[in-house]
Amino acid sequence: MKLDEFLEPASKSVHRKGPHDRIVLSSRVRLARNIQDGAFPGWAKKPERLRVLDIIRPAVESLPEMAGGFSETMDNLSVLDKQILVERHLVSREHAIKSAGSGLVINVGETLSVMINEEDHLRIQALYPGLQIRQAWELVDRLDSELEEKLDYAFNNDLGYLTACPTNLGTGIRVSAMLHLPGLVLAEQINPIITSVNKLGLAVRGLYGEGTEALGNIFQVSNQMTLGETETEIVERLEKVLAQILEHEENARATLLERKAKTVYNHIGRAYGILANAHSISSKETMNLLSLMRLGVEMKLFPASAGLIVDELFILTQPAHLQKSHKDKLSAEARDLLRADMLREQLKPVNRPVIKSEGAAGLDKNEKA
Amino acid sequence: MLCHICKEKTATVHLTQIAGDKLHKIDLCEACAKEKGVNDPAGFSLADLLLGLGASQELEQATGSATVKCPKCGFTQGDFKKTGRLGCPQCYQTFASGLEMLIESTQKRTQHRGKVPERLRAQRSFEMQQATLRKKLEAAIEAEDFELAAQLRDEIKQLKAPPVTAPAK
Repeated sequence: MKLDEFLEPASKSVHRKGPHDRIVLSSRVRLARNIQDGAFPGWAKKPERLRVLDIIRPAVESLPEMAGGFSETMDNLSVLDKQILVERHLVSREHAIKSAGSGLVINVGETLSVMINEEDHLRIQALYPGLQIRQAWELVDRLDSELEEKLDYAFNNDLGYLTACPTNLGTGIRVSAMLHLPGLVLAEQINPIITSVNKLGLAVRGLYGEGTEALGNIFQVSNQMTLGETETEIVERLEKVLAQILEHEENARATLLERKAKTVYNHIGRAYGILANAHSISSKETMNLLSLMRLGVEMKLFPASAGLIVDELFILTQPAHLQKSHKDKLSAEARDLLRADMLREQLKPVNRPVIKSEGAAGLDKNEKA
Repeated sequence: MLCHICKEKTATVHLTQIAGDKLHKIDLCEACAKEKGVNDPAGFSLADLLLGLGASQELEQATGSATVKCPKCGFTQGDFKKTGRLGCPQCYQTFASGLEMLIESTQKRTQHRGKVPERLRAQRSFEMQQATLRKKLEAAIEAEDFELAAQLRDEIKQLKAPPVTAPAK
């Protein structure tokens, strides 16, 4: 099956909803696992990687959760398809550059993705919309327990699951949530929040994970240490911290409307103005402005229906998705033109933001409700 | 004492930081201390320096004898220094002593407390019980408490290894 026939179109995937998804875009849990017999992918030669892939791939495919799923070796996927998978957060950027000897299995519904021969033999990921970390852990735990009946995992009594990088040792777990925090950014409170989250042993990263910038006011919060705590302890700690970040973001939004309503309306109005009227726009600028429009939807300056359009544009204006809808290979400049065309077209049904009352008080109340 | 950074000049600046329950010490020569901005104690972040320096030191230790090679996969400590990744599961035993400090400084604890594959659970709990009793036994002998030692020895004998489970298919 071809990847684009398998993946749900963005117009459908934006209907996936979860708790607190105003702020928490998605929750993810991934486990790193290796089989005992075989060098780690980064050190193994190609024949060995192929051998390991041949052991693991059928085992993953045979799991009931993966029935009807998408399974492919990385050398059979085009560069563009791999980039699409990165933009959908179904594979890591590291896995996207893999070729022969690496593989990928995704379930129907795209909540589970198993990367074979990434940095470890197995990277099992569960991805849910909204704040559902515990559910993601339960799902990935179940899949892992089924897999361990078929594969001999590398495990040490003291060090737990053995991984290529010592920073993943023990549980091999990385729990993360993708957060949309325009309020904290506009209120200039984001840096102290990041500092205090770091102090709690959690990492804050950009949209596409390690080493990426926070485009569109989107931040990824995840655990850093993997050895010495149970999975549940790690999940619970992240849940607690996320609950606090959520509260801070809501407070920041409320305070902004109370004290700096004009500044906020100005940002949102300008974002709409550019998105709905530009004739050339980069992916980065688009992300940042769509983020402000999303905030505008949540502040009821745009009708709720605009929310789905904005979320879909978040996906479709990314470089690989944009390229996918065009046959010819596009240059970055050509993509910027097409992106602007798409934005003007899609935003046609969305009217300019309406400020309901002169003061910000009315809106402020709505926001809190 | 030589400077931790250049490893050439004598260290004259000595720093100590307690982070959590760990004690970190750094000894620097004057030139390196100045370069790292240590001459201004207020504006200087010991943590930053510690993190950077600590990591390189641990790598250094892991590569101390570049001739050590993993018997299973041929990976050397020099390879670890280059990539920061290990070669195979066996490497954790091969390079155990070098890795110890790195794991201690990057992880919460050094003992796994999370999930254990079902098939290994019984064997692991047997082995860990055995290890705990052996430690106690050694301590008892050391303390010349031979009554306790005899009791512990019997307990160890009584510990039964679980039946061997077949590996996964």
